[in-house]
Order: sequence, then C-alpha cells, then structure tokens
Amino acid sequence: MENKIVEKQIKELRHREFLFQNTDFEVRSLDGSCVNESQLNHPWWHYLKYLVLGFFFGIILIKSEVISWFRIQEMFRLQSFHMYGVIGSAVVTGIISVWLIKRFNVKTIYGEPIILLQKKFNKGQIFGGLIFGFGWALTGACPGPLFAQIGTGATVIIITLLSAIAGTWVYGSIREKLPH
Amino acid sequence: MNFMEWLRQPWPWYIAGPLIGLMVPLLLVLGNKTFGVSSSLRHICAACMPSRIPFFSYDWKKEAWNLFFVAGIVVGAFVAFHFFQNPDPVNVSPALVADLKQYGITNYNGLVPPELFNWSSLFTVKGLILTVGGGFMVGFGTRYAGGCTSGHSIMGLSNLQFPSLVATICFMIGGFIVANWVLPFILQL
Repeated sequence: MENKIVEKQIKELRHREFLFQNTDFEVRSLDGSCVNESQLNHPWWHYLKYLVLGFFFGIILIKSEVISWFRIQEMFRLQSFHMYGVIGSAVVTGIISVWLIKRFNVKTIYGEPIILLQKKFNKGQIFGGLIFGFGWALTGACPGPLFAQIGTGATVIIITLLSAIAGTWVYGSIREKLPH
Repeated sequence: MNFMEWLRQPWPWYIAGPLIGLMVPLLLVLGNKTFGVSSSLRHICAACMPSRIPFFSYDWKKEAWNLFFVAGIVVGAFVAFHFFQNPDPVNVSPALVADLKQYGITNYNGLVPPELFNWSSLFTVKGLILTVGGGFMVGFGTRYAGGCTSGHSIMGLSNLQFPSLVATICFMIGGFIVANWVLPFILQL
C-alpha cells in the first residue's frame, strides 16, 4: 500500500515536472513511464471536487468585482486600493497556508505528501509577463476572469477566450525560436 | 436590510482576498494540485489541436482537473451574476469615471463596458484590438511567462518563488504602460 502511494507520487511528480519545464522535447519517455496508468487514475467523478471549487472561485470573482474591466483600469491607474487589497491579502493567506502545510507536513485527503515544485527563472517571465500585462489592461481580464465573464453572459468574450487559446497555441508552435 | 439585499452586496477586499488565497491550500490538500488557470488554455490546445507540436504533446487527460475547475468558474460566475449580483453599478473611483467619460464610456452596469465589448463593435478597429488583440496577448503572454495572476502572483508568491515575483512585477509594468499610455489612444479610435 505504502509502496503504491510512493510509486504514484513519483509518477505524478514526473508528469508535473514535465509540464512545468518541458524543456526537453522527449515526450516519449514520459509516455513510457505511464505503464500502470489505470492504477494512477481516479474515476472521473473524483474531478467533480474541482468543479465545486471552481464554482466557489467563480462566485468569489464576481462578488469581489476583481473581474470588472473598470476595477482593472482603476488598479493600473492607481485610482483605488481595492485590487491591491484583494491580491495582497490573497498572497498573505497563501503564504501562511503554504507555510503551515510545510511546517506540519500536511497530507492530501488521499494520504500523499504535498509536493511543491520550485520554479526556475527564465527570460520568459519578463517578456511573457510584459505581454500578458499589455493584454490584461486591454481586456480587463486574466484567464480565470475570462471564463467568469463568459459565465455572466458577456458572450462576446468567447472571442477573447478563443483568441487567448490561439495565442497559447502560437506560443507553443514558435517557442523554440523565442528567448528563454 | 433583508437577506437578499445582504447577499447582493459586493464583497470588500479583506473578505475576497483571503477567500481567493484559500484556493491554494484547498487545491493542494484535495489532490496535490497547484492553483493556476492559464494552463487550462494549454490543455485545451493539447486536447483539440496538438498538431505534433512538442509543447502540446503530453497526456492532457491527466490535467483534466484544471478543465473541471474552469468549468466550475463559468457556472459559479453565472449563478453569482444572475442571482446575487449587486443591482447598483460598480462603485469605482470618481477619477476613473471622469477619465472614461471623455471616451463615451458611461455604462457601469456590467463587468465590461458594453460600449467597447459587444458583438456589433467586434469588427471595428477598437473592438478588434481590445477583444482579439488583447485576448491573444493574454494567451501568448501567460504561457510565455509560465503562469498568470493565479499561477504566478497567487500560487507562486505563496510558495515564495522568485521567478513568480519577477513575473508579477512584469505583469504590473505591462499593465501600467498600456492602461496609462496606450489605451487612451485606442479608445479615441
């Protein structure tokens, strides 16, 4: 039992490391490591808990008005504290939570240890960060809010979302040519 | 104040911020997932049009939780907006109201100004830049940076990651430049 959990963790970690870095394009090796895929996967309804969590996140995004185009403009024009308060207090809550998880070795509900990957610096965080900042100020939305704005019935935002998917795709296809 | 009125009130930052921050430990405890929304765009690419691009050749089904999460966001936003939405226009700073009035933006009832984001203005220069151009930069930039506001600014900073701090600072610099010096030109179009 213990062994299985450890094995599963290692696989999860490998997959996530691949997703996170994806610097070597040797995808086959990843596929090769997934021989016992069936043991690893939960039945699909296990994913419903993320649906529920997303549901609450969507409610928070609306009620806090952080997905309002106007609030984003206010933030970038330094005309209000609201957005800074939201992001700042979210980060503080996150820092305390992650510290507590590490300090008390909190496990997941399935008994696995919680794994946090270290991010590596690359120039993409600068160039990509700036480009995203430009887009954020224009659309008034980062990816989470795009989904939320569509949920409120602003159907034209579907075009923005499709365009964002296209942007991600173009990045993926030219990524080797970009400075990292 | 009756119950419905109470529900419809917008939440102050000190309620909303900590609740957003709690997404981080909840996702970790529920299944070792790291908070981040923009990766859903990558999974959609991997699922729908991988076209042998190495960046999209991975087992996206293992990341399906992320797609369930964003589906939840759509439903949650629908419910909150249709049943508990504050009936009054968003209460932004008078300085912004004065600024935007110059460009004919006066409707504060929705989350986005209907004067800019609607189907009929989609095919104007202004509409194309804001909707299509802005969306493209959001998708391209977040992936290039390796995360967005949730993945870098909330999750990354919670885990005290230096690259996330760099990314967050660059998000803000980019936003400042466009909101203050570029958007005014676009709005005049």
